[in-house]
Amino acid sequence: MIYLRLFFEFFKTGLFAIGGGLATLPFLQDMSARTGWFTTDQLADMIAISECTPGPIGVNMATYAGFLVRGIPGAVTATLGLICPSVIVILIVARILKRFKDNKFVQAAFYGLRPASTGLIAAACLSVAVIALTFPKAAGETGLPQIRWQAVILAVILWLLMNLGSIKALKAPAWLKKIGKLHPVVFLAASAVVGIIFHFAS
Amino acid sequence: MRTLLELYWTFVKIGCVTFGGGYAMLPMLQKEVVESRHWATEEELMDYYAIGQCTPGVIAVNTATFIGSKLRGILGGIAATLGVVFPSLVIISVIAAFISNFADLAVVKDAFVGIRVCVFVLILNAVVKLGKASVKDALTLCICVAVMAASVLLDLSPIVFVLCAGIAGIVAKVLLAKEGKK
Repeated sequence: MIYLRLFFEFFKTGLFAIGGGLATLPFLQDMSARTGWFTTDQLADMIAISECTPGPIGVNMATYAGFLVRGIPGAVTATLGLICPSVIVILIVARILKRFKDNKFVQAAFYGLRPASTGLIAAACLSVAVIALTFPKAAGETGLPQIRWQAVILAVILWLLMNLGSIKALKAPAWLKKIGKLHPVVFLAASAVVGIIFHFAS
Repeated sequence: MRTLLELYWTFVKIGCVTFGGGYAMLPMLQKEVVESRHWATEEELMDYYAIGQCTPGVIAVNTATFIGSKLRGILGGIAATLGVVFPSLVIISVIAAFISNFADLAVVKDAFVGIRVCVFVLILNAVVKLGKASVKDALTLCICVAVMAASVLLDLSPIVFVLCAGIAGIVAKVLLAKEGKK
């Protein structure tokens, strides 16, 4: 009953990998060693592809690994296994939260939690900046990473397009305001096209 | 009308464009959930994120489950979660089946360097919006800066920061406020 085992292995991974998709990595490495379902090379491929495709990285990894084991049914089983523990925990927490949300301790706690959440996301933003705007270091290379100037220019242009329209003091023209309100996916697609035209990866 | 189908479909759309991990989902959530549909506020989004850091599971999925359950209880939580994982299931299965060297194609690499730049700017915007909603006084500013610095410089689990910040909030608002009344 390989589906049961697949579900169970990914259930365990989902239960213990706290704090983001790449936290699943050590569990997947261990799974690879114990089950032989995929090799470490395939794991590296999984990571590369998961970063390139939409969707949470942890979910992408589970889907890919499951697919390698048993095709589409395997992919579905592994993914459901991964998300099961978190869905259960969150539903319980959400219920408790609903009942206690007007409690003054709970409200006070969230008053402190919200800026912390912002701080964590700001820290993550910083690491995303490094990944997006610098070249990865070659093995043994020391010193500060090299800046990708094309990326920095694109970043500045994107920021201007997204934000100038909403800074009231600047009284931006109507077309600029409209651009600022476009759905993020438009900017993503445009950035992908720019990347391709200007060969960002070389 | 917040039918289960609408919930599912909204999260499919969000799942389709979340490139690069849970934090990239934030700008999409702000656009679709907070700004377009008013299903949650900025504050609630941050609450879910904070809790999602401490509970098992992928943060993008946890946030989807929270929002879904807020709107339609258990079924809503499940619908939203299935929605957000569905695009991955389809896209990854296709890639795994046909183009396993997808990540090595030059066109793909070029496109994704561009996409990552955009993701950075989107998250930056999102952080600014969250900052406006969460940093209201000196204490919250301190918490935000302290957590950001500690998170960058130290290797502690986010759970530590979340717990400390929660306790700081309780101390400040409940315990010290009582002192003031004596």
